[in-house]
Amino acid sequence: MTVTQKLEVKDSVACTAQAVDDLQDVQGEKMTLNMGPSHPATHGVLRLVLELDGEIITKADPEIGYLHRGDEKIAENMTYNQFIPYTDRLDYLAPLANNVAYALAVEKLLDIHDKLPERCQYIRVICCELARISAHLLGLGAFAMDVGALTVFLHTFTEREKIYNLIEALTGARFTTTYTRIGGLSRDLPEGWTDELAKFTREVSTAIGEADKLLTRNKIFVDRTKDVGVISRGDAIDFGLTGPNLRGSNVEYDLRKAHPYLVYDQLEFDVPYGEVGDCYDRYLVRMEEMRQSVRLLDQCLAKLPGGPINVEDGKIILPDKQKVLSSMEELIHQFMLVTQGQDAPAGEVYFGAENPKGELGFYIFSKGGGVPYRLKIRAPSFANLSILSNTLPGHMISDVVAILGSLDFVMGECDR
Amino acid sequence: MPSQPERERWSSPEIRMTAKQLAKKLKQQFREIVFEPVEFRGELTLEVSDALRIAEVCQFAKAELGFDYLVDLTTIDNHEDAPRWTAVYHIYGYDHFCHLRLKTSVSEEASGLPTVSSVWRTANWHEREAYDMMGIRFDGHPDLRRILMWEGYPYFPLRKDFPLAGKSSEMPNMAFSDPAPLDGGPFVTVAGGGDSTAREPRMRNPEG
Repeated sequence: MTVTQKLEVKDSVACTAQAVDDLQDVQGEKMTLNMGPSHPATHGVLRLVLELDGEIITKADPEIGYLHRGDEKIAENMTYNQFIPYTDRLDYLAPLANNVAYALAVEKLLDIHDKLPERCQYIRVICCELARISAHLLGLGAFAMDVGALTVFLHTFTEREKIYNLIEALTGARFTTTYTRIGGLSRDLPEGWTDELAKFTREVSTAIGEADKLLTRNKIFVDRTKDVGVISRGDAIDFGLTGPNLRGSNVEYDLRKAHPYLVYDQLEFDVPYGEVGDCYDRYLVRMEEMRQSVRLLDQCLAKLPGGPINVEDGKIILPDKQKVLSSMEELIHQFMLVTQGQDAPAGEVYFGAENPKGELGFYIFSKGGGVPYRLKIRAPSFANLSILSNTLPGHMISDVVAILGSLDFVMGECDR
Repeated sequence: MPSQPERERWSSPEIRMTAKQLAKKLKQQFREIVFEPVEFRGELTLEVSDALRIAEVCQFAKAELGFDYLVDLTTIDNHEDAPRWTAVYHIYGYDHFCHLRLKTSVSEEASGLPTVSSVWRTANWHEREAYDMMGIRFDGHPDLRRILMWEGYPYFPLRKDFPLAGKSSEMPNMAFSDPAPLDGGPFVTVAGGGDSTAREPRMRNPEG
């Protein structure tokens, strides 16, 4: 029996081209390297898919979402005050600043942001600046550690411990503070707390000076960060960078100056900014911002007024418990607030605050009532990370840790 | 080192152009598709009636009016109201310090609008997020993949008809392939419900 078989003869030129392609693939001219999501330099759960040509990065694809918890969905299902604990878990290195930013956004919707008592505003500024120092201390320490200077990390962590002790005395929790309430604060400053804070500002100034001496003229640190990861002014704006990363790229912009909230317009501070936009500039900006925060803290302590810490409105803030038990009106207010929440008008507001990582914004779309219809969190780390696929190509693989460290992101707020 | 006046430029009144003037200019350019600006809490919102021209409006705002920074891009699910989707653009200019909010609506059948990632590169990730969470396409986007959820996830979780507890997915051995047990939280509140069971259901819109 004869078996006929059809044979397809391929074009020889195409075959050779295909073989060359296959061969290149086998030899692996380009290599794909997966970095993260569990990698010490990714500070959380960022995953980078890098395409390498030798040691040079040719393509970078950041993968995010490993810490996505659906915070915006959760916000649509609870009253405004109930969402405050979730804001702790956005930028979990500066929960106090997140609490303040969120409370201010809701207060803008309720139109009570200019009725906040002076004392409340000063305490909130203290919270924001403490959070900034704490976040930058960690950011700098971890950055230095990533590029090989472990000592600084240990020094800055000692100082952060003091901040945590202050925060614990203030809020009752070290990490998840949930300190603000819509229209005020959960409690006033404890007795003797301001003295402790004054002592801390003196001590942290020394510590910042020490870190400065260890890093700023450190040959190894400078070599690893100078002219590495340069982000031009145009790129920084186009990619929506904010905070120290934007200022490092020679954009002199700070929401506390450009759109002052709380009492920032009554306080004196400078806004540092870089010129080149490399990792070293971003480091310098953070270093100086800590000094300016100390300056702000000292001014707040000197000016801190007495008086109430909450707005006087029974429909916004929970009434005094003694009155709830003895007076009808307060009892009704308490009941309404707990069961319905603050009755917000229909409308939409956006409020952005200058947080340690950049502009943390809340967009609230309300159809009226105690629950937002849509709450969008504009997370600074999300926009800051989107520039990676633009910045990383062309750099050595060892520069990745320096660039990541200098961008100082937090996945909790990036993924929400 | 910049001179002192330049360093304090945010406090100088003459460069503080008002958002109203800018909104007026935008309205003049696109008279037929841009509604009158609405002010609420000092913020201006401009509604663009033709979603297909949103990229053009944004391009003009950036090139001619100096809105060089896209603060945020987000979407709202109007659920039972038509049109179903609203896209919200928060734009800002570093030279004039003005915010503006642009809004445009998209019907459920269309569920797509032109990308603005060619106007501001930061829109690339914001649009990927909007696509991932709401399922709205951005035509012309260079890389419209899911960003927060994993590739292959079948639902769009920020839609109002997606239950808080989650939905089962067909994928075996995958985390979250079953609805999350909600008896311990998240603590759901429906303001204004009749009794406490109605007000605080442990699970909203449970499947089945």
